[in-house]
Amino acid sequence: MITQSSIQSSLSPDPSLHGGLEDNSSALGDFLQETFALTKRLFIQLQRRPSTLIAGIIQPFMWLLLFGALFTNAPGGLFGEDLNYGQFLAPGVIVFTAFSGALDREFGFLNRLLVAPLASRYSIVAASTIYIIALSFMQTGVIVAASAFLGAGLPNIGGLGAIALIVLLVVLGVTALSLGLAFALPGHIELIAVIFVTNLPLLFASTALAPLSFMAGWLQVVASINPLTYAIEPIRYLYLHSEWGLGTLVMDTPWTSISLWAVILVLLAFDALVLLAIQPLLRRRFA
Amino acid sequence: MANAVFIDNLQKSYGSITAVKNISFQVQPGEIFGLLGPNGAGKTTTIRCLTTLAKPDRGTVEVCGISAVKNPRAARRRLGYVAQEVALDKVLTGRELLHLQAALYHLPSEGAKERIERLLELLNLTTYADRQTGTYSGGLRKRLDLAAGLLHQPEVLVLDEPTVGLDIESRFIVWDFLRQLKAAGTTVLITSHYLEEIDALADRLAIIDSGVVIDSGSPSQLKERVGGDRVTLQIKEFTPEEEAQQAKAMLSSLPFVQSAIVNPARGNSLNLIVKGESNYLTNIEESLAAASFPIFSMTQSRPSLDDVYLAATGRTLMDAEMAAAGRRDLKAEKKEEMK
Ligand SMILES: Nc1ncnc2c1ncn2[C@@H]1O[C@H](COP(=O)(O)OP(=O)(O)OP(=O)(O)O)[C@@H](O)[C@H]1O
Ligand SMILES: [Mg+2]
Repeated sequence: MITQSSIQSSLSPDPSLHGGLEDNSSALGDFLQETFALTKRLFIQLQRRPSTLIAGIIQPFMWLLLFGALFTNAPGGLFGEDLNYGQFLAPGVIVFTAFSGALDREFGFLNRLLVAPLASRYSIVAASTIYIIALSFMQTGVIVAASAFLGAGLPNIGGLGAIALIVLLVVLGVTALSLGLAFALPGHIELIAVIFVTNLPLLFASTALAPLSFMAGWLQVVASINPLTYAIEPIRYLYLHSEWGLGTLVMDTPWTSISLWAVILVLLAFDALVLLAIQPLLRRRFA
Repeated sequence: MANAVFIDNLQKSYGSITAVKNISFQVQPGEIFGLLGPNGAGKTTTIRCLTTLAKPDRGTVEVCGISAVKNPRAARRRLGYVAQEVALDKVLTGRELLHLQAALYHLPSEGAKERIERLLELLNLTTYADRQTGTYSGGLRKRLDLAAGLLHQPEVLVLDEPTVGLDIESRFIVWDFLRQLKAAGTTVLITSHYLEEIDALADRLAIIDSGVVIDSGSPSQLKERVGGDRVTLQIKEFTPEEEAQQAKAMLSSLPFVQSAIVNPARGNSLNLIVKGESNYLTNIEESLAAASFPIFSMTQSRPSLDDVYLAATGRTLMDAEMAAAGRRDLKAEKKEEMK
């Protein structure tokens, strides 16, 4: 039974919960609490609406199958010595799948987040990144397995670890970028429009589908500054070579060859740049 | 003690549309304050500035003495917000949504759990708590949103048109709940375009129209101010124009009749405002009989908030709603909702 006084006590305001002007609670504790709750929400969503995951696994599978078939009769050695198109394509599909998975943000929910006294809106970035990384790893696992089955071979354990790191770095940057867009653009429709317009050009202006040497000079330059290329090329190298180290040159540009650690540095710089760039957008308290 | 809400000289435009021109009002701690106005008056815009969702172009906005512009986070902690459009994550169950909300407001988890059960119970939601909110009816959604807004025991609860589209029963549940909240010491700011709602609930109110406050005070003060009682009089069921005008001229000469108009839309009935005579009905009857006018019907009423609105703007709330409906920029607002 609810008594009058219990109603009173649970309805009355409690200023002690709200702190003073300054934070008295632990900012880190608050941040972790938010991040955990937001991540949990995303996984509940995934579990109850698994279609995203299913589509996200079928799509790269189709890429591998169809593009592989498209180039089956390409002259031998066209994509490099002893390299069939399936082997060539797998790294591109891995990166592009992670990329497009990280792009789409849906926040019919944004207002609720915006009026909440979040410790930092980076908790939204963190939660989305954790979620997208988990998703991308599942997809990557499936693509790696499928392409092994289709004859692309399997990198060794160290190679798989390096691939995971590269996927992680791409996902972090792209997730943050799309969240920044979601905050900046008026609505979800506009976000989809931006994604639609940028998605394929980014794909074609990278080495996902064809090597640099196939491209027009200007496209080579564009591809050499496209962050996707910096993820695709090292993964391709790792697929083909079991011997490698941080100093190994894994990528060619029209100007110079780049080592693995330099590639990782570039990806890290890309992430740092994006995280800094979206700061004013996240800060923007007001829609 | 500081005002629970202090809004002064607020102005906010969206592009070329000035949604709020100049709005000032104060809400005292512990009262229910109503913002009454027709569609498009600027109620939601005012609320969005208060809840830190929109940045004012000019003016002061404070919650419990804290500036919503300079210190949005501290202000948010003191505010509970029940939006006009309910934004629920459809896949989450009601209980899950409340737990998420609790984490976003950094409530310690033990306390939160107990409080969530409490609120579910108080709002009669326990039966539905484990269903996904996508399956909820409008009334259920509103109640869940109300629970979410109250979870962190805010000092000020802001509700934007909380009963629009609700059935009568849900409306009464919400009203009753708001009265309990007030009794427990929470300050309530509620917007509405229902006169009855504000009249029934609010201790004080501000009437806003086209982005400005046109009058404010307690409901009885406001009604007092617009003058005396209303009398609607029909000489015959359909009175000829000429006869109505004659009756009007005669009645206007009575000392306690402040104004008299003929309403052609209602078969030339007469609308009178009377003041300073307690026995006016008998008095009118006798005067009419003396001039040998018949009486088909006569009703009296106390002035309503609609009369206050009418006196200030020259149109009724209903007229204003009709006019506003034609003016809205639905596309721009749809964008807003998508967020
Ligand atoms: N995001 C926006 N962009 C452009 N115009 C807007 C926006 N939001 C509101 N307006 C306009 O500002 C005016 C005030 O709108 P507001 O939503 O504040 O009114 P309201 O009193 O809440 O009305 P309602 O009773 O319909 O909710 C309207 O003319 C509306 O069309
Ligand atoms: Mg509104």
